[in-house]
Amino acid sequence: MTLNQQRKLKTILTGLFAWTIALVLFFPIFWMFITSFKTELQAISIPPTLFFEPNLDNFRVVQERSDYIQHAWNSVVTSFGSTILALIIAIPAAYSMAFFPGKRTKDILLWMLSTKMLPAVGVLVPIYILCRDYGLLDTKTALVIIFTLMNLPIIVWMLFSYFKDLPKEILEAARMDGATPWDEVVKVVLPLSVGAISSTALLSIVLCWNEAFWSLNLTASDAAPLTAMIASYSSPEGLFWAKLSAASTLACAPIVIFGWFCQKQLVQGLTFGAVK
Amino acid sequence: MTRISKTTLACAVSMTAAISATSAFSATQITVATVNNGHMIEMQKFTPEFEKAHPDIKVKWVTLEEGVLRQNVTQDIANKSGLYDVMTIGMYEAPIWGERGWLEPIDTSGSYDVQDILPSIRGGLSYDGTMYAAPFYGESSMVMYRKDLVKAAGMEINDRDSWEHIRNVAAAVNDPSKGIYGICLRGKAGWGDNMALMTTMANSFGARWFDENWKPQLESAEWKNAVSFYVDLLTKYGPPGSSSNSFNESLALFNEGKCGMWIDATIAASFVTDPKQSKVADQVGFAQSPISVTEKGANWLWAWSLGIPAATKNVEAAQTFVRWATSKEYINLVGNKNGWAAVPTGTRASTYANPKFQEAAVFADAELKAINSANPSDSTLKPSPYVGVQFAAIPEFQAIGTTAGQMVSGALAGSLTVDQALKSANTSADRQMRQAGYY
Repeated sequence: MTLNQQRKLKTILTGLFAWTIALVLFFPIFWMFITSFKTELQAISIPPTLFFEPNLDNFRVVQERSDYIQHAWNSVVTSFGSTILALIIAIPAAYSMAFFPGKRTKDILLWMLSTKMLPAVGVLVPIYILCRDYGLLDTKTALVIIFTLMNLPIIVWMLFSYFKDLPKEILEAARMDGATPWDEVVKVVLPLSVGAISSTALLSIVLCWNEAFWSLNLTASDAAPLTAMIASYSSPEGLFWAKLSAASTLACAPIVIFGWFCQKQLVQGLTFGAVK
Repeated sequence: MTRISKTTLACAVSMTAAISATSAFSATQITVATVNNGHMIEMQKFTPEFEKAHPDIKVKWVTLEEGVLRQNVTQDIANKSGLYDVMTIGMYEAPIWGERGWLEPIDTSGSYDVQDILPSIRGGLSYDGTMYAAPFYGESSMVMYRKDLVKAAGMEINDRDSWEHIRNVAAAVNDPSKGIYGICLRGKAGWGDNMALMTTMANSFGARWFDENWKPQLESAEWKNAVSFYVDLLTKYGPPGSSSNSFNESLALFNEGKCGMWIDATIAASFVTDPKQSKVADQVGFAQSPISVTEKGANWLWAWSLGIPAATKNVEAAQTFVRWATSKEYINLVGNKNGWAAVPTGTRASTYANPKFQEAAVFADAELKAINSANPSDSTLKPSPYVGVQFAAIPEFQAIGTTAGQMVSGALAGSLTVDQALKSANTSADRQMRQAGYY
């Protein structure tokens, strides 16, 4: 086998491997999508039905039963609201830790990350009681605050990793030109980090969109996002797989489309710092 | 149009808008938490009828998965959050929460006709003679079987057959090569899953959860006999992976024509006889649950009910809604609009006396018989201190029942022996009862 052939074979094998992984990961989503067009009987049939006459009945039922627009709006407000709030806090934090590290910076970063290791259910009762006492149960404000706190460590870490790779000389040059710390962040750091910030924001939005634990525990009717809508289609007594699939498809659709348009930034963000 | 008339019109429009806004604002809004069961979903669809009859009340629905609902309503009621005005609860919660003063007593005065509610259901939802939740639909358990398969095997199924006979029928019908299994039963761990069925089996084998001094009795010979029988029956004649099957998995198997028999909630009868859902709708027979040494506690009793948390600020509106949703008039409304096979059953004697319902529901007699035969206050052969057929209505039972369920499920999956499973379950129950101060 010539070197050229070996290279070709390697490319084909790598491609095949990547496609296999991608298909395995995508299969549950594909199955959910086609199940949403089946009847309940077809959805549970064994062996599974592959060829069937698709119908939109399940989507009609979901539209009739749930206020999709309200749930979707709640998801949009909480995901985007918490991401913006988290970025407002995280950008100055990451800036100061990246460019003016103190003795305890590393400890602070590790401590922030350690908060992610605490199981959410461990703080459910105190947070629930706080929300009750401040009248925040079933409000989007509560979810925005919780989501912000939940994603803040990841956002700070991602931005910190990016900021610390920026050449310090650029900031020194700006300072020589009389830039204040505010100017440094707004006029120098932010324009250089648009890619990193947008990919971080995207990741945060996706994490908030998919969050179910707090959404289910802190909301009822007014602030319930799409994850709570999906949960309402599981039934203890009755067949529900097709309708549940339709609800899930509708819940996933906006974020999948959004992610599709932003995939370049997402991949860039997830891989920054990977190759130096 | 002159300027004056334009101004007058604008004023009139604004005033009308303001008045409608004020009247809309003055309407009391109640939030109802419920599960995604067919009857509950139908109730949501009939909300406009309620709001038309009571224009001063607006209803908002929160539908949740059963486990999440339990967690949310427990959180809400225990913390007195007042997030929900009406909540869907079961027969396990109603007396416990009623005793603690967490629920408002149901207003059964006037035309509500509380005497029409089946006595066993009424008793199960009451504490000290006061009803703390109104039943929306009730259920017991019974045998559902394939008449064609049983007949072809030369067997018969009757009310209150012995478990031995059920095993013989399962053996005769079982034909895995054709994808048919003798019997489908719950195996998934959970106090409301496998332990609901397992407890009724154990009751009929003469077992009880606790003795008169609240000592757990899971290591008794009766429990060993019952669990050994269950594990043997399902291992030999049940579908593969039974240890992860609950109501819905068994329903799917039965509707696909893969189960010779299925012993589960009576509510399943309306699903397995519905040709839109079931491939074997015209071949289903019903019989009362099997027994071993006693009939006591051989079939369970449950009711999905509507309760009003004490923390709600809208007690009056909530009472009005609960009385409407659990009334004879509501059942008539559903019967007239959706057909009599679709009405919520298991709650009122008048439903079963209705000729239209008798004609539409082939399972009516079997269901009523099963519900009437269950007695939560006397469900064990030996005396026991607790109320409940398939559970003991004490706060500790959820944890005790779930642990026991995991052990029994483990025994079914083959990872534990029956003796090991029951010993672990008993030790855990004993620890919990000691910690709770029962002895």
